[in-house]
Amino acid sequence: MSDAQDTGTKVDDRTDNLPEGVGVRAGLGLVRFLAAVAVPVVAFTALWLTFEWLRNADANRIVIVIVAVLVGVVGIFILYWGMDFTVNRLPESWRESIRPWVFVGPALVILAIFLAYPAINTIYLSFLDARSESFNGLENYGFVFTDAGMLRSIRNTLGWIIVVPTISAAIGLGFAVLVDKLRRGEAVAKSIIFLPMAVSFVGASVVWSFIFDFKIFGAQTGLLNGVWTAFGADPVSWLSQEPWNNLMLMVIMVWMQTGFAMVILSAAIKSVPEDIIEAARIDGASEFQVFWQVVIPSIMSTIVVVMTTMVIGVLKVFDIVFVMTNGETGTEVIAERMIRWFFRNGHNGRGAAIAVVLFLAIIPVMYINVRRFRAEEEIR
Amino acid sequence: MTARVGAPVAAEPGFFKKLWDRWPIKVAVIVIVILWLIPTVGLLVSSFRIKAITEAEGWWTVFSKPFQMSQWTFDHYSSVLDARGFGNAFLNSLAVTIPATVIPITIAAFASYAFSWMEFKGRQILFVIVVGLLVVPLQMALIPLLKLYTSGEFFGIGTPFPHPLNGTYMAVWLAHTGFGLPLAVYLLRNYIGSLPSSIIESARIDGATHFQIFVRLIVPLSVPALASFAIFQFLWVWNDFLVALVFLGGTPDVKVLTQALAELRGQFGQFEHVLPAAAFITMALPLAVFFSLQRYFVRGLTAGSVKG
Repeated sequence: MSDAQDTGTKVDDRTDNLPEGVGVRAGLGLVRFLAAVAVPVVAFTALWLTFEWLRNADANRIVIVIVAVLVGVVGIFILYWGMDFTVNRLPESWRESIRPWVFVGPALVILAIFLAYPAINTIYLSFLDARSESFNGLENYGFVFTDAGMLRSIRNTLGWIIVVPTISAAIGLGFAVLVDKLRRGEAVAKSIIFLPMAVSFVGASVVWSFIFDFKIFGAQTGLLNGVWTAFGADPVSWLSQEPWNNLMLMVIMVWMQTGFAMVILSAAIKSVPEDIIEAARIDGASEFQVFWQVVIPSIMSTIVVVMTTMVIGVLKVFDIVFVMTNGETGTEVIAERMIRWFFRNGHNGRGAAIAVVLFLAIIPVMYINVRRFRAEEEIR
Repeated sequence: MTARVGAPVAAEPGFFKKLWDRWPIKVAVIVIVILWLIPTVGLLVSSFRIKAITEAEGWWTVFSKPFQMSQWTFDHYSSVLDARGFGNAFLNSLAVTIPATVIPITIAAFASYAFSWMEFKGRQILFVIVVGLLVVPLQMALIPLLKLYTSGEFFGIGTPFPHPLNGTYMAVWLAHTGFGLPLAVYLLRNYIGSLPSSIIESARIDGATHFQIFVRLIVPLSVPALASFAIFQFLWVWNDFLVALVFLGGTPDVKVLTQALAELRGQFGQFEHVLPAAAFITMALPLAVFFSLQRYFVRGLTAGSVKG
């Protein structure tokens, strides 16, 4: 690889001193072309060698991490710079028609390999067997809609879809309305509700596992059991109470998502024109009526966006269930089943079929969401 | 509130009246805020209390004896960082997250510039396809990508794709880049496309190349949009568990924080006393970002909400 670079740069240097001429011009074109090929090849090779080193190195973790970050961050700039350098050395007539592809090319290549191809291949794999070796028709889909665990996961996911967005949006809306009427402390109160958005699902699950904690012997250290036993009741193992344990897990998601609903709905409420509200008041509407008959209808499309966005998030919820109950005691959800079958049980066909079902469930929600989102953008 | 009672403001006539004005609203807001804070506060308290106490009583007993110094300790944090490998996991999270944020933003910014300001065949249709990929949930990509990473197989056919890539940072960077790009292109194109065309045209007339215009004009002008997407992507990757689990799962060396925390939680009984400290270590950076860049943070998360 380094040979290519050497010849490329050497020849390039020499050309500067050459007199102009037709033959030379052709040679010049060739040189430009060689340089154009050599630069990206060398850059790519250097990056690749560093990367190989990273994979095998036993060096200090800090050094590895610094090098890795540099490779990733600097590498991507070198890639574009190198491609631009290359294009500038191509024959003039090609340059401007190739240049746009330098700008969009990497995005298209990445999307083709890492999103479009896998999506198509997943559909294909969903008709194959566990090890993707032979066709087994619709067997995997039959499994999705007959297996007891899968059926429970579909039931539970429907529950999540109904409960989490509704409660989050309701609390978020209520809180946004209340906090809007405060003279001080609005920003602080809002950021406290929004704060769980910054936490990972795994982190949130750990936070809440200390609320639902249950001890067979000794003092109860979980808050819920602490309160429960304070009233004289016997401690309860909350996460194994079917079907209520599903509700416990949903609470975690509500805790995380309410802030999102609140921030968006709060902005929508503030943008309802003051004169409409005043007009309603002058006409003798009570505050209650103003809220239900003026404010709510004018923020309806935002409510739909918030709800559909949360439905999509809920459809893909996986971490909470995986960490809290591992999908046991009747808490399966669709996305968690997908990982269970593909990653834990090594059944590619079933995993792929579940992913496809998830995809089909997301499409209509996404359609509503994007349409409303665009309508809103246009109003703004 | 109580601290203010003694303050000079209290002398103002009608102060108590003001304080009690709209009290039902204030009470409701305070109740919700406290409910939202309790889980985190409980965890924070537990993370600093010695093992014997966290195992024997609930964290709320702290309110009856906050100044009994013998209950407090920093040991859990040091033991989690060292013995439980959270120090390494923190570094791994950085090594995964920083490039997995920078790479998609760079690629998306270049593509958005081309989609907005360059002429080429198929511009519109390609843009529609890219944005259309928003509907593909990342679950759809996991199985084929893992196959591609482990065996280099593309539709079941061997390819020169360098492998095995799973268990490396690069595997996760590329996967997150793919999953993040449609949203990034959508948001950045909206922004870059709405910049005034006169700026770009006059730069063209002055002889600037597209590359120069992009680096010297477009990037500085797009900082707000780049920043909000950067924050969204940073948190998304930092907090991600699924992608890391699938592509880094089998390699303990490169384990990120969310994996380390989930594993620790899996061995619940044994390490319960250090679990709160571990959770706070994973939450430290996102919370710092949250408090320091709240405006961009909110904008990023709300704009990023349409991610598929």
